Amino acid sequence: MPDWRLEIARRLAPLQLDPARESSLITELAQHLDLHYEDMLADGAAEEDAYRAILAGLEDDDVLRELRNHVNEQRARSSPSYDYQATQKTNARKAIAEFLKTETLLQDLRYGLRILRKSPGFAAIAILTIALGIGATTAIFSVVDATLLHPLPYPDPEQLVTVEDDLPGLGAQDVGLSQPEWQDLQRSGIFENVSPTLFDENNLTGSSKPAHVRLLIVAPNYFSLLGVKPQLGRAFNPTDHSPGLILEVVISDGVWKRDFGSDPHILDKSLRLDTDLYRIVGVMPPGFDAPGRSIEERNIEVWAATSFYGAPMPDHPPRNRRGLATAIARLKPGLTIATAQSRVDALVASLQKEFPADYPKQIAWTVRLVPLKQTVVGNVRQSLILLLGAVGLVLLIGCVNVANLLLARASGRQREMAIRQAIGAGPVRLARQLLTECVSLSVLGGITGLVILFCLKGLLLRIIPESLPRLNEISINWAILLFTLIASLAAGVIFGLAPAFDAGRLNLTHMLKQEGRGSTGSSQQTRTRRVLVVTEFALSLVLMVCASLLLRSFWDLLNAPLGFSPQNVMSIRTRLPYPNDPSTDKYRTASQQAHFVQELLRRTRTLPRVEEAAVGDPASIPLNLSQRDLNLITDGHFFFAIEGRDTRSDQTAAVERSRVTPEYFHLLGIPLLRGRLFNDSDNDEAPQVAVVNEAFARTYWPTENPLGKCFKSTRTGSPWITIVGVIGNARTESLAQANVPKIYLNLYQASGAKHLAIFLRGELDTGAIPEQVREQVQSIDPTLPVFGAQTLNDTVSAYLAERRFSMEMVALFALTALLLAALGIYGVISYVVSERTHEFGIRLALGAQSRSILRLVLRQGLRLAITGTAVGLLGALIVSNLMAGLLYGVRPTDPVIFGGVALLLLAVAVLASFVPAWRATKVDPMFALRDA
Amino acid sequence: MTKLNQLKKGSAELLILSLTEVRARHGYEISKIIGERSGGELRFNAASLYPLLYRLEQRGWIEGRWVEKANQRRRRYYRATAAGRKILSEQRSTWSTFVAAVNQIIGADYA
Repeated sequence: MPDWRLEIARRLAPLQLDPARESSLITELAQHLDLHYEDMLADGAAEEDAYRAILAGLEDDDVLRELRNHVNEQRARSSPSYDYQATQKTNARKAIAEFLKTETLLQDLRYGLRILRKSPGFAAIAILTIALGIGATTAIFSVVDATLLHPLPYPDPEQLVTVEDDLPGLGAQDVGLSQPEWQDLQRSGIFENVSPTLFDENNLTGSSKPAHVRLLIVAPNYFSLLGVKPQLGRAFNPTDHSPGLILEVVISDGVWKRDFGSDPHILDKSLRLDTDLYRIVGVMPPGFDAPGRSIEERNIEVWAATSFYGAPMPDHPPRNRRGLATAIARLKPGLTIATAQSRVDALVASLQKEFPADYPKQIAWTVRLVPLKQTVVGNVRQSLILLLGAVGLVLLIGCVNVANLLLARASGRQREMAIRQAIGAGPVRLARQLLTECVSLSVLGGITGLVILFCLKGLLLRIIPESLPRLNEISINWAILLFTLIASLAAGVIFGLAPAFDAGRLNLTHMLKQEGRGSTGSSQQTRTRRVLVVTEFALSLVLMVCASLLLRSFWDLLNAPLGFSPQNVMSIRTRLPYPNDPSTDKYRTASQQAHFVQELLRRTRTLPRVEEAAVGDPASIPLNLSQRDLNLITDGHFFFAIEGRDTRSDQTAAVERSRVTPEYFHLLGIPLLRGRLFNDSDNDEAPQVAVVNEAFARTYWPTENPLGKCFKSTRTGSPWITIVGVIGNARTESLAQANVPKIYLNLYQASGAKHLAIFLRGELDTGAIPEQVREQVQSIDPTLPVFGAQTLNDTVSAYLAERRFSMEMVALFALTALLLAALGIYGVISYVVSERTHEFGIRLALGAQSRSILRLVLRQGLRLAITGTAVGLLGALIVSNLMAGLLYGVRPTDPVIFGGVALLLLAVAVLASFVPAWRATKVDPMFALRDA
Repeated sequence: MTKLNQLKKGSAELLILSLTEVRARHGYEISKIIGERSGGELRFNAASLYPLLYRLEQRGWIEGRWVEKANQRRRRYYRATAAGRKILSEQRSTWSTFVAAVNQIIGADYA
């Protein structure tokens, strides 16, 4: 007869029972086993087999669990010296000490990895979910990092500002400095350097084919202001203040490589811009970008310098001629933007006193300093933060899903946990084990995400609209890696918390009670899973609402009545030369220009399939964001005064204006409402006339007939201009605004429009037409470049590119979220159904209709979804109000969208619950009852 | 509904209580009788039986005592207490109501 006592005693030892009770239990159990053994032998079993069978029966550790639990309960209740709080405190202290032990941490890590290897399917799904979440988050973060977080790539970038002149009295912002104002600022002692920056597209002539280059005209101190040096040669001499343009240029690395084949002897060679020769003195290093607002203004190819007086500019530029667009400046070391601003305010006040005629009170001249980075980044900031938020939510939802997976798996692992607990692992240690597993899962997910990101980097960069600032600074650097690590760890902790928390309060009694049923979770666990699903629904709803609002805005913008017809219209740019010596200008007078334009129109009309042709300045290209007003250098902003009204009254204002040929309106399909359009008699000898849009007419003559009214530019010597026609409002300046006042001048009556856009309408061959137009233009004047061919439809869609990008991304994230939420609710309802199979069996047995079971389960799914939706609606209200600035035509609290999204989510919830609910009705009552 | 649920969980307790109602039995005897009378359908091994006995004893529904009989080793015998018998009679009637209800639905023939 084998002696069982040793085996039993070994198993009971960890329980530390009362010694008397323990020995009694050992004796009793040993006897039981003896009798069992004898019976088995009597039934003819071999000794060896019987011994092994009985030992195997002992391996069922329920006995230990149950006993241990009772013992603990008993102790806690009966011991008079038991101090609950003190014990809790010691326990907590011990737990923390245990948590921080390194060797057990390593042990946990090894164990965790081993466990993961054992269930590769689960591990793969979890890692992939996290990888997608982390990968997407990291991708967006890398964009945010490059654009918003990184300092500008110049020394001491925080000292760099843009200087913007505002005339709030005229409702005009950033109107540009005048040359004397620039000089005042430069001498004020507030700045180390101030440099206006004038963007221009110029003709690079003298090479085989005239090309256009992006030229930036700056002050000689520009490069020392930025603190960058050329890779070859030198920058401009900051103290060179000779009149006119300095006949030196600095070229970009791109031009050096492309147009000069990286010629090492490039310095001192000549380059012809328009008709003037410039000496190349420097080549900027590769990757150097000018701090500009648009992609064109950042990718400068040639820099020229001037002190902004002397031909072709006036010898003594007047103070009120604000031709110098956006100036950049470097503050004196130690000055903050705020202190600099207050000193600038003082300077402005004293200048206003000194020159009251130039700064009438009502224009309220102010000078504003804006951090240069803010100018460069512009309005993408809000979109990017929205995207980061959206992708973060997706990551969070992914975490919640993995948490749900882990919980489902944890219920299968309760046995393992119980054993570990029975042989002495405390709840804290168990929780930490699970947490370690989760964190290693998420770190693996993070690494996978990074790898995916690395592989897809090229593809992803192509999706981003190229107008996004600082694109070329996007890289996977230490900050990104750190971000990924932190995100992974955070994700691991977030989705690991629920199962770990659950494991920490593993209830042995409860598990024993359910012994017949194998692996089922506790009701606590079910509750946790429900909370997770509610969270998931709430988060998805927030995302869906954001996406719908953006989609709706986008849709409305896309379908906004344009007021002009972009179909079958193409615009192609050219530029007349603008020599430094005005007397050599072939196109100096309006009639010289008119002659060229008429010849151009005559020739382009003969091109195949061209039905209509017109010419205007770049400002006449609808929705052309990147080149606002290239004629600024010669004209400045158009401030005007109205005849018969006091010019010093508040009627002086700035307005958008274009110069166009008479065919323009018909070509774009803009209707004439009153009066007439331009005609042939409006030439440079006739009085100047203007066509204005309805918004302009309504703003300035709300009750009168605008026809025949006169206005003129506030510039001295400007002629009166008579309004001859009123046309319909067209969204040529902004898709979002229908009522931007605008005036059109006759191109044949105005000189100085050097930048031209040729408009062609017809079933054009968009591939061939640019070349055909080039031939026609250069057959008139072989030195003119032809560039920038674009269909108006493309211009409109480029206008929407950034909006489309953020809308599409958020929509993608929202769909992912919806899918994850649907999976989540499906999982939980399936789980609940499997838990209640017995109950459903009995219900069915007792006569429940399968329809009522279906309803019961669906109701459960729906209840979760409704709770989630309610919480989500609150969150969505907050978020949608934050993103109001990104919306168009839709209120952030649009009830249709909120209601629609909520309904959609509920429908998805019902659908996702339907499958498990259907399964519940198929429970076989007999099976369920027998199983009980 | 709650009664039904408790029935399922309590059925093992019901078995032990009813076997120890009239006479005291030791653990192995209990497990053997359950096995035999159910034709092998219901079985308790040591690992699941003793915790149950322990629990019932803790609740005061059964009482265990070491007894020495002639020609036998000392054994621990269990017997239902007064409280246990009261619980038993309650559970019995609930059980038969339940069985009758179920039978009525699934169409068992009483004839």
